[in-house]
Amino acid sequence: MDYIDPHIHMVSRTTDDYATLARMGCVAMSEPAFWAGFDRRSVDGFRDYFHQLTEIEPNRAAQYGIQHFTWLCINAKEAENVSLSREVIAMIPEFLDCPNVLGIGEIGLNKNTRNEATVFLEHLELAIKHDQQILIHTPHLADKYQGTRMILDMLCDDSRIDPSRVLVDHVEEHTVAEVLDRGFWAGMTLYPVTKCTPDRAADMIEKFGGERLLANSAGDWGPSKPTAVPDLIFEMRRRGNDESLTRKVVYDNPIAFFSQSKNFSFKERDVK
Amino acid sequence: MRPASQILSESFLEVRAKLLEVAATLDRIERSGSAGDALSADAEEQRAQLDTAIRILLDNGADRAERLQKLFSREYESNWRQEMDL
Ligand SMILES: [Zn+2]
Repeated sequence: MDYIDPHIHMVSRTTDDYATLARMGCVAMSEPAFWAGFDRRSVDGFRDYFHQLTEIEPNRAAQYGIQHFTWLCINAKEAENVSLSREVIAMIPEFLDCPNVLGIGEIGLNKNTRNEATVFLEHLELAIKHDQQILIHTPHLADKYQGTRMILDMLCDDSRIDPSRVLVDHVEEHTVAEVLDRGFWAGMTLYPVTKCTPDRAADMIEKFGGERLLANSAGDWGPSKPTAVPDLIFEMRRRGNDESLTRKVVYDNPIAFFSQSKNFSFKERDVK
Repeated sequence: MRPASQILSESFLEVRAKLLEVAATLDRIERSGSAGDALSADAEEQRAQLDTAIRILLDNGADRAERLQKLFSREYESNWRQEMDL
């Protein structure tokens, strides 16, 4: 089954991973800007990173027939440095017209601090000013519930934000309902250790029916499995769920969500 | 959806194995504890949280996963903005 991974950090993956993903049916991916495993020391570090995301990765992906899209921001972890964050936010517009940029992301909270919330709100201003879609990172483990509620508070308090143009990622059993109820798109992250397994993601699809629900691997430099979305497809099939329901989550929904961005120039595979 | 009996029989061995892992981990903690290495206050709190989690598993209802998630979560306070002066 052709699928799209809406959240994967390919700068941290090998070319062999591109080859494997292509063979498993991945036809497109979107790569949000994130933490590199270390704090960057200047705005130029981010400028180079955004160059990598907008020029280098799309070319690397294209060699395997995969269309690569991206999202730009300074992530919540580095947002603790507010002055650097402001420099990065001021520089992002240089890249917003690059052909693979879908919006601002993955912005959000990490430890749910005041600085993180401040920088989150400033990213929202940037997105509104430039009419950009938004991709959101929610915190992990004990901080997820509180952080997700705080993020939803900030989004819902701003009437200029259209929930149908916002994807809230890393939802789990205790956060998915609220995200969907308030009209946002929700992304389930299939991580082998701390986050949701393919089984639990399949449970959430069965429970919520797939409307505005996406699934991603969030593959990065840490323990993660870039082929996690095909694992979910397999689990859904094993349970005897309709192929159309699975396709909605792993293919139709990413296309519907991304299509709200003017730069989403996705071409479906010709299956004649 | 598949019949409940089928879901149960298909996952029985896996769940059995996971429960054994939990049992063996608790035994390991117990052995070390009875050898004189008492739990710290933080660890006691975590141990109590696990006990609560196990009791949730024994409850009825189709929302145990969500309830465990909430048990392991920090509280959300709706007045967080005032608290943070934001
Ligand atoms: Zn990510």
